[in-house]
Amino acid sequence: MDNMISVALPKGRLGEKVLKIFEDIGYDCPAIHENNRKLIFENEEKGIRYFWVKPSDVAIYVERGAADIGVCGKDILLEYEPNVYELLDLDIGKCRMAVAAPKGYREDTERAVKVATKFPNIAKTYYSSKSRDIDIIKLNGSIEIAPILNMSDVIVDIVETGTTLLENGLEPIINIVPISARLIANKSGYKFKADKIEEIRKLMLEKIKKNT
Amino acid sequence: MNNFSEKMFNKDEKIEMALRLLYEENGFKKFKMNRFEEYDLYRENKSFLTGSDIITFNDLNGKLMALKPDVTLSIVKNIKDEDGALKVYYSENVYRSEKGSYEFKEIVQAGVEHIGEIDVCSMCEILMLAGKSLEKISDDYILDISHIGILSEILNECNFKETDYDLVIKYIGEKNTHDLKTVFDRAGVSKELYDVVSKITKLYGPFESVLSELESIIGNKAQTAMAELKNIFDILKSTDMTKNINLDFSLINDMSYYNGLIFQGFIHGIPKSVLSGGRYDKLLEKLGKNKQAVGFAVYLNLLEGFFKGHRKYDFDNLITYSDKSDLIKVFKLRDELINKGETVRIQKENSQEFSFKNIIDIDNFGGVI
Repeated sequence: MDNMISVALPKGRLGEKVLKIFEDIGYDCPAIHENNRKLIFENEEKGIRYFWVKPSDVAIYVERGAADIGVCGKDILLEYEPNVYELLDLDIGKCRMAVAAPKGYREDTERAVKVATKFPNIAKTYYSSKSRDIDIIKLNGSIEIAPILNMSDVIVDIVETGTTLLENGLEPIINIVPISARLIANKSGYKFKADKIEEIRKLMLEKIKKNT
Repeated sequence: MNNFSEKMFNKDEKIEMALRLLYEENGFKKFKMNRFEEYDLYRENKSFLTGSDIITFNDLNGKLMALKPDVTLSIVKNIKDEDGALKVYYSENVYRSEKGSYEFKEIVQAGVEHIGEIDVCSMCEILMLAGKSLEKISDDYILDISHIGILSEILNECNFKETDYDLVIKYIGEKNTHDLKTVFDRAGVSKELYDVVSKITKLYGPFESVLSELESIIGNKAQTAMAELKNIFDILKSTDMTKNINLDFSLINDMSYYNGLIFQGFIHGIPKSVLSGGRYDKLLEKLGKNKQAVGFAVYLNLLEGFFKGHRKYDFDNLITYSDKSDLIKVFKLRDELINKGETVRIQKENSQEFSFKNIIDIDNFGGVI
């Protein structure tokens, strides 16, 4: 057990933005920009260690203590409900979780709604809060084609600009919840590294406030 | 520890025994449980349990029984008002499914309960036992302490409706002050109350520093809870445990069962809390018992994998032999080695399945160990 802070970063656009924030607040790691296949990067001087993981796995690494902290979307947190601290809203990666349907869709309230989604937990929670019976179709990608092929009535998915939906003849009809990137921490790791983690949180918060 | 225990028990088992000895030394009596309880006991107290799934079966009379997921309920349900103070410890297998997992696990859980009249002495004693329990596992431990009374009084003032209240509790437990603000704003609660709650949620650190900050935040609210915490700390600061104790008000258990002191223990390197406890008078009230209670549980299954490589070799010695071997020599050598305190395995050939410190081919053995 060392005193470095391990950070799980989500592979992709969001992760690159998050890394920039870490660098801007002084937790840079030059090795991470070298062009190689490595997955773990350390800067011993700054006491920080980064690794890239699949975005939907960040919460698992943090919950299991393989990473002390990590950044992932609120959608992942709402779907998997990992037992972690949620220390900060980074205010980036902003989008929303929405119900989308083909244009001109009218709900048949006499039967269960067929919902295609990558987020069955979120969908179930939303519809149960409306006391609405649903039939969940769990898909892993290209959710938009499900209602077009009449496999589902609606979809529950992340919407950013809405362009993908539009191009497929769908439109968002209900906004469920706004989504953004969050800083999460392992509950046990936090206890032993509280000062360092809180310093990171404070510096990130200042950076975010400056950016808005 | 003697040779037998040194050989036969791995580190996890040694800790279980060390804990049992610790509780016996401190005057707690061993409580032995039945393997099964009636399912109703758990159904009626579902939110006291940490998981939601229970293994059930029908007994020979057709009654629905459960493989116990918890020990405290079994201890409490048999309490009679005429009984004197009950100070018991246990080390039992319980059966639970972890959230998000698809299977049940057999979990070794140790713990103590003090049921009767609980005062500052009882609470300090339990906290010291909790600290000592963690120390048996590792010196690098932290015991987080909180008092539900601090936040519950302030939250009552906010007058949340049930769904908002549940969210508030969830966000406090996550140290999630940004989402907390959304709920407060939506419910129209005053900024002053939000500031108090969010500042308390963010507090984390050693008693001395946090206590003074807490006092300035809450003013004259939650005075009973504050006094209780101070009294406890006045005693604890005389021990060498204080460097391992922090106050953490994001620690929040189900308030329908816990009403005062609550605490959780962490080991550096184990990602979940290995010890959890508190004052649970309300559970006794719910079960119709006129007594107070405080206790904690240690989740020994979480120690799995924490202590690496407990045994370098599967066995100390392998004796191999052939059809031509003098078998009397084989058994004589075996007995000599065992008397020396070593383990011996006899096989025709070394099948490479196990690792040994010494491999002795009896046909080439000179006779000297």
